[in-house]
Amino acid sequence: MNLAEIRDLHLGAVTDSGRKVEIIKGVSLDIAPGEIVALIGESGSGKTTIALSLMGHVRQGCHFESGSVTVDGTDMVTANETARARMRGTTVAYVPQSAAAGFNPAKKLMDQVVEVAKIHSLMPLDQARAKAVDIFRALALPDPENIGDRYPHQVSGGQLQRLAAAMALIGDPKLVIFDEPTTALDVTTQIEVLRAFKSVMKNGGMAGVYVSHDLAVVAQIADRIIVLKGGEIQEQGSATQILEAAGHPYTRSLLSAFKPDARVARAQDVDQLGGIVLAADQITAGYGPVDRHGRPHKIALHQVSCNLERGRNLGVIGESGSGKSTLARCMAGLLPPVSGTVSLGGNDLAPQVQRRSKEELRRLQIVFQLADTALNPAQSIGDSIGRPLRFYHCMKGGAYDARIAELLDMVRLPGAMRHRLPGELSGGQKQRVNLARALAANPEVILCDEITSALDTVVAAAVIDLLKELQRDLNLSYVFISHDLSTVEAICDDVMVMHHGRVVETLPAAGLHQAARDPYSKLLFASVPKLDIGWLDRLTQDPDFTAAMAAR
Amino acid sequence: MNSKVLSLIAGRIGVALVTLLIVSFLVFAATEMLPGDVAQVLLGQAATPEAVAGLREAMHLDQPAIMRFLGWLGGMAHGDLGHSYTNRMAVSELIGTRLGNTMKLAAITAAVAVPVALSLGILTAIWRGSLFDRAVSTLVVGVISIPEFMVATLAVLIFAVWLGWLPALSFGGSTDSIWDILRAYAMPVITLTFVVSAQMIRMTRAAVIETMKAPYVEMALLKGASRSRMVLRHALPNAIGPIVNAMALSLSYLLGGVIIVETIFSYPGVAKLMVDAVATRDLPLIQGCAMIFCLGYLFLITIADVVAILSNPRLRH
Repeated sequence: MNLAEIRDLHLGAVTDSGRKVEIIKGVSLDIAPGEIVALIGESGSGKTTIALSLMGHVRQGCHFESGSVTVDGTDMVTANETARARMRGTTVAYVPQSAAAGFNPAKKLMDQVVEVAKIHSLMPLDQARAKAVDIFRALALPDPENIGDRYPHQVSGGQLQRLAAAMALIGDPKLVIFDEPTTALDVTTQIEVLRAFKSVMKNGGMAGVYVSHDLAVVAQIADRIIVLKGGEIQEQGSATQILEAAGHPYTRSLLSAFKPDARVARAQDVDQLGGIVLAADQITAGYGPVDRHGRPHKIALHQVSCNLERGRNLGVIGESGSGKSTLARCMAGLLPPVSGTVSLGGNDLAPQVQRRSKEELRRLQIVFQLADTALNPAQSIGDSIGRPLRFYHCMKGGAYDARIAELLDMVRLPGAMRHRLPGELSGGQKQRVNLARALAANPEVILCDEITSALDTVVAAAVIDLLKELQRDLNLSYVFISHDLSTVEAICDDVMVMHHGRVVETLPAAGLHQAARDPYSKLLFASVPKLDIGWLDRLTQDPDFTAAMAAR
Repeated sequence: MNSKVLSLIAGRIGVALVTLLIVSFLVFAATEMLPGDVAQVLLGQAATPEAVAGLREAMHLDQPAIMRFLGWLGGMAHGDLGHSYTNRMAVSELIGTRLGNTMKLAAITAAVAVPVALSLGILTAIWRGSLFDRAVSTLVVGVISIPEFMVATLAVLIFAVWLGWLPALSFGGSTDSIWDILRAYAMPVITLTFVVSAQMIRMTRAAVIETMKAPYVEMALLKGASRSRMVLRHALPNAIGPIVNAMALSLSYLLGGVIIVETIFSYPGVAKLMVDAVATRDLPLIQGCAMIFCLGYLFLITIADVVAILSNPRLRH
């Protein structure tokens, strides 16, 4: 007898323009009691939609069309809202993607954790609070007795994610849905959270649905993996089967995107010119009001220096708050540093972008993380790309049109796309347009600030390949900023590790793990999940050291 | 409560005081710009130039405007708003009796309008898209579009003229029993409630619906919470800031903007006093009334700001 059964589920949605689309196209799956099933796929594959259907919930604009979702004997599709509400929190519970958004900012954590017990009158409140403290302890939360008295903004992201799990576990559910619960966390934090989830689920004998786009994370926690694409199941099997003997081409492309063939041998002859093209010297910068000594309230960079050689790529890696994006902003002149200089081709640049010459601006371009917000939604793709052509090169007429077509071709987009608006493009296409806009200036250096972070694995791998090709053809140098070690390894020659605004060490990209000397970089590299089922269990890390590193 | 909140609140109060100072200057300057010589007007056409000059000196009109402004400001700080030109009574005394009436009307209207508007706003948010929601929203838009003199006139026509249930004038009838008082206040209160609730209903509904989109409200749904629990326990506490601000804006209208209603029902409030003062060119009285309106407005807005600060747990803790 299965705990949950989905049979031939069809879900429809109405788009903003009023068009009807089918988002789930006949999905069937089973979840046995105590089994952890992973739903994996890229954005838009319908993984969260399927998971939420187990709770009888569809998001605004979507609706059930046909099929059944049976959980513990109740069909969630046909049940009325009262019956569904009775199941939620008690039989099926939910851990949201971003606990930071999933907690009500105006209420104490404990009140929100025990709310399930209150809504369903499961037990007296005192008993519920005592139980919550037990769960906090099991999830290895610090100060379990008192952490519930705080408000959501007073605890860290990793703690909040575990508190969200506690909120799900309080009603002793038979099935827990984890919706990308570690995606928003840093890798070193992710390990602690994954461990806590795994032990609680195992000890409680609960079934789980783990929604994720990250195969390596899923491999650590799931018994069975279901691969989704475009609202259909592509392949399912045990975790070992999927990782080691994937049958479906899509699964294989996911796997290979995860392991980018380390560094296509980039011809060494590109750097015949040699020399340092971009250098940062002793940069100190920060945010907030400036005090009497000209020091800002919050220092984000402490005397950071780095060099980028012509034709080579410098990777900057670090967790959130490490100052890696601040460094890019200082280099681009968007944030004038308190002290230190940035030089391009041996000449010092003005700290403020307004005071740099047109030629200096042209040679150093930046591409931002969120392609959506970096493009003007009211401007056609052609106009967005054409702006630097007119600004830097004073192009117009036939040459202008020809160059736009050429640039679109360079980033592998069809020429007809120039007439479209950003809203009509996918995330990967928008990021390519951003890249084309940077290329339009004919730059020497491109600062890439987390440009693949918002993209799906397969799409991100394609963007990385494109960057490599462009480098070969155009003799570019990249500063590649990312929190993702595997993408940095895939494209960079040197990797600079940053932590709390300081440079930890700079290492050659080939053989990062062997070369790492500093304990923090070792910890960081060891924390990146591997496509290996026993990785998390074998990993030995001192939790005190991890905590000390996070607080340093 | 911590020092950060206290300093934020102190900042708000400071801003309110500065605003009051600027407004007092503007009010004084505006009345200064009114054409005509006060002494001349007071004494009439037949006055001798000597009499006019004497009066000007007695009223300190011969001093430069800035000195008179400072004198007026200093007087105000001591509660002395000067004397009325027309009947020589202290302005504070004139306003005092009327202010009580205006406050009474405002308080009764607020006591009726705030609960009605809050519950209608929240209910329409809970049953968003239902027939009830559409009916209330249509009605509210209708009420916003109808000018208040229309509402007041219709009310008089229906309740006083056709049905004869209520007196057409608020005062003048007997005020012996509670019933009489209720009858006297019914029509102005109904009219004003119509005028001020419409905005409050719309703003409450919009603020609650906006917070209903937050992920933590979906989380509450997935914990099995009922719709009313989602709205009252999760959305509403986070919507207090905008709601209180909308209320303060609407209610401040009751202090200074009720001229038409007070006139139609010949209700002896401050707004009517100010209209009369304009008609008789009674400058100190006009200035006093304007300052009272401004003070009331600033008081309500500052209260709303303070409530919004206190309702934010990030600032409280």
